[in-house]
Amino acid sequence: MSRPYAKLPAWIDYGLIPLINLVVAFLVAGLVVLLVGESPLEAAALMLRGAFGYAEGFGFTLYYATNFIFTGLAVAVAFHGGLFNIGGEGQAYVGGLGVAAVALSLGAILPWWLNLPLAIALSFAFGALWAFVPAYLQAKRGSHIVITTIMFNFIAASLMVYLLVGVLKPAGSMAPETRTFDAGGQLPKLKGLFELFGFNLGGAPLNVSIFVALVAAVFVYVLIWRTRLGYEIRTLGFSPRAARYAGMSETRLIVVTMMISGGLAGMMALNAIMGDQYRLAIDFPQGAGFVGIAVALMGRGHPAGIVPAAILFGMLYQGGAELAFDMPAISRDMIVIIQGLVILFAGALENMFRPGIGAAYQRVRFRTEEPAGANVGEAR
Amino acid sequence: MDLSSLLDIVDSTIRLSTPLIFAALAGLYSERSGIFDISLEGKMLIAAFASASAAAVWGSVVLGLCVGILASVAFSLIHGVASITYRGNQIVSGVAINFIAAGLTIILGQSWFGQGGRTPSLFGGGRFTAVDLPFAEAVRDVPVLGPIYSGVLSGQTPLVYVAFLMVPLTWWVLYRTRFGLRLRAVGENPAAVDTAGISVTFLRYRAVIICGVLTGFAGAYLSTGQAAGFTRDMTAGKGYIALAALIFANWKPVPVMFACLLFGFLDAVSIRVQGVELPLVGQVSVQFVQALPYILTVVLLAGFVGKATPPKAGGVPYVKER
Repeated sequence: MSRPYAKLPAWIDYGLIPLINLVVAFLVAGLVVLLVGESPLEAAALMLRGAFGYAEGFGFTLYYATNFIFTGLAVAVAFHGGLFNIGGEGQAYVGGLGVAAVALSLGAILPWWLNLPLAIALSFAFGALWAFVPAYLQAKRGSHIVITTIMFNFIAASLMVYLLVGVLKPAGSMAPETRTFDAGGQLPKLKGLFELFGFNLGGAPLNVSIFVALVAAVFVYVLIWRTRLGYEIRTLGFSPRAARYAGMSETRLIVVTMMISGGLAGMMALNAIMGDQYRLAIDFPQGAGFVGIAVALMGRGHPAGIVPAAILFGMLYQGGAELAFDMPAISRDMIVIIQGLVILFAGALENMFRPGIGAAYQRVRFRTEEPAGANVGEAR
Repeated sequence: MDLSSLLDIVDSTIRLSTPLIFAALAGLYSERSGIFDISLEGKMLIAAFASASAAAVWGSVVLGLCVGILASVAFSLIHGVASITYRGNQIVSGVAINFIAAGLTIILGQSWFGQGGRTPSLFGGGRFTAVDLPFAEAVRDVPVLGPIYSGVLSGQTPLVYVAFLMVPLTWWVLYRTRFGLRLRAVGENPAAVDTAGISVTFLRYRAVIICGVLTGFAGAYLSTGQAAGFTRDMTAGKGYIALAALIFANWKPVPVMFACLLFGFLDAVSIRVQGVELPLVGQVSVQFVQALPYILTVVLLAGFVGKATPPKAGGVPYVKER
């Protein structure tokens, strides 16, 4: 992403500006709520109560957040390499095949804790595979990765419908889904763990894959900022020419970055399939791949930002579901609007408030020390 | 296969291609000026919703069309402000618009009409009705040409004719007018246009507004021409297919029409191939035919068949030299 404006201190760049963007996004969302004739403040209160007010709601919030951590990390890794992976949805969908392959074949034989690593590996592999073709085409043939990943989302949707109404459907069943997994293909819920602290999660599908998601977040931090590969990925993202000049293989980097990104998106299937539904069904990612874009933009590509951003969106999903009960005019689709507004203000319009905030900051700083040149930022 | 079922397919190909042609030409103006636009889908959706709502409330389809165009131009301007004025990432902005449109149409639809995101069914003056070309009835009995004229060419809704007229018009604007020359130049080399004393910003804004107008037509056709009202997520990926057609056609107006006809044809036959046995291939799966436009586009983008050459300055915000 280009940054033609002056460099600002980290607390403004990573704290204040995202916060302002978020506030503006919510203000506009509030206007929409007003437009349909409800009170935005009341809606916000209901939403917060639904998401955090009681243990079961909180469990759902964290369940959704788990999905978004995976897909948010996926988008962020690609962002660091200067690639826009819009295909998280398709990669997650195909990743479900990997999870289902493990759970269907070994579910009755091995316990869950042996199946989990296998399912992680296979969901990663399937997601990575689905990202491989667009990545390879971008690297070798110069086809625009945004367009190819969009196309691959649709191809994935067709492929999965084909598989689910054909090969994967058990004989005699009408529903386009696989059979229910055996016990070994079901990840344990965290109900028991939370009961130790006196919380009753009720029917919340929160399961052990949230720990996998958190480990993945640490993994992404280490990968991007503490390894040689991560350095190369960031170099590629910052300046492909510099990467080439330094002797890095652009092809290898694009393919590897996209495969890691696709793999992370694929792992989202763990939570949804092995952790909650216990079967592979049509359209199980339910837009989580796209929410990842908003999460990654809001988290500014850093795991420390992505995890809270994912929890925020988990809250919106869960709170939004609760909200729909009390305010029938506001269905869960309100979240889609908020998601779009967050992407708009935190992503596309990120330069809208930056100059103003930068100028204000410079003015404050001017009194104390020499300004380091407000407009010397490189042109792209 | 006899003539009448063949004509049936041709007829539905034309109907299904119409929104694609509008949307792909819309994308053509925007992308030729250097503004990538993946928000065709969202703008079509908001236009479909706005025009169906207006037509339902006021009972006038022309008013509906105008409101639909206004709505999609408004969304275009958001895209313009983000990507031209604030030099934001055009892809991100497009994604945002798609989401906002998807959510907004349902929320507003539910609150205004209370039918689960649908608009009330349109009838009478609220819909575009078929136009009978002169002598359509008279020549119906002429062998071969008669049914083609009266069954396919005649009896379409007015917007179908507008869409197909828009193709030569776009060609003329693009290649025979001063505006078109500048539009193509600003997508290839904005600095050169700027040096010539022409405002890059104003040119791109005009392109983006034209894009909004045409997506407005596309959306209005969906909800007031093809169907009788708006239904939830009624574009169903057509904006992306139009984008694919635009790439497939190498950003040129006449090939855009053929690409849209091809994708419209695939859409038309996908419903009909269920269970059909073809020689060599065996049974054709509906899903494969549905995925074919996307697969074809990927193959084309890969450069194995032909070569896609996008406008050079596409997706790059223009920064005046300091």
